Amino acid sequence: MASEIDIVPAVATRREEATGFFQGLVSKSLGWARKNSLYQYPFVTACCGMEYMSVASARYDIARFGAEVPRFSPRQADLLLVVGTVNCKQAPVLKRIYEQMAEPKWVIAFGVCASSGGFYDNYATVQGIDRLVPVDVYIPGCPPRPEQVLDGLILLQKKIQAQQHKLIDRLPAQLAAGK
Amino acid sequence: MSQAVAKALVERFPGVAHDAYVGPGGDDVVFVKKEGIAEVCRFLKEDPALRFNLAPYITAVDYLGQDPRFEVVYNCTSTARGHRVRLRVKVPESDLQVPTVTGVWSGADWFERYCFDMYGIRFPGHPDHRRLFMYDEFVGHPLRKDYPLRGRQPLTPERDVPDLYRGPGPETRD
Repeated sequence: MASEIDIVPAVATRREEATGFFQGLVSKSLGWARKNSLYQYPFVTACCGMEYMSVASARYDIARFGAEVPRFSPRQADLLLVVGTVNCKQAPVLKRIYEQMAEPKWVIAFGVCASSGGFYDNYATVQGIDRLVPVDVYIPGCPPRPEQVLDGLILLQKKIQAQQHKLIDRLPAQLAAGK
Repeated sequence: MSQAVAKALVERFPGVAHDAYVGPGGDDVVFVKKEGIAEVCRFLKEDPALRFNLAPYITAVDYLGQDPRFEVVYNCTSTARGHRVRLRVKVPESDLQVPTVTGVWSGADWFERYCFDMYGIRFPGHPDHRRLFMYDEFVGHPLRKDYPLRGRQPLTPERDVPDLYRGPGPETRD
């Protein structure tokens, strides 16, 4: 797996090498821990919810990928699943729910309606939730098959695994002091 | 049905109810002048021979290019007598107002709000005259035939929720 060690320039001090090594170690372990315990918030608005139920229950069993616990409070979740059509009247609610989630957080657009508005190309529907919140993975399909959803989840897990973390994740001194 | 309800209406309200005919599906259809719609509905409900106790669907039609342009359609049902009638009320664009029938059937409340929301027809006397589906910031009436097909409107910010149990909206709201 490509880690940060591979992209360190050829000329590096021992200190930089050591930092890079530990950083890779921290990134890998944090990514591994995070990707295997996703707490999802299902924002289910439409018929894709049926597929979501199928994915979440025993037959397709999203628990195999460690994302089996739906939390119905955004404050306890780190994966926002937007399942179904989001209309303009609902848009501020979705945005508020995203903002209530604690970092780190990820968003999956489940189905074409959430991804692009789908065939609801009309006055009432938001043409893709990426107009409101940043999206990590788009799952196409109307509705998507459970296999597609699991594939999307695995993609997201890969993304989480590949994220880079700093050794000490804190704001620079002048920023923290408010200057 | 054998035109009995339509005939009764035309006889009882000469000049207000007119041009009765048998519509698709065999329903009686009567044109009603919009000034008299509340009286006609009151009569339909309270006359012991008719007893239309239900208005299961009230909607509007936009005949763009015709005059009068709009039409409000009242579908009435009598569960007691088992007959139906449809009232068509022409509404010109210059005077988009129809008297409310919420006093006759309280179930007409949301249908009239729907007609206002989607077609912009006002119902003076309605107890809670707001949009039904769209949000208050929405401009225009989307089911009118001249509403642009790709007419998008900007997203609105979330409204303040002063009372968590009552939800957003003005104080006067139910």
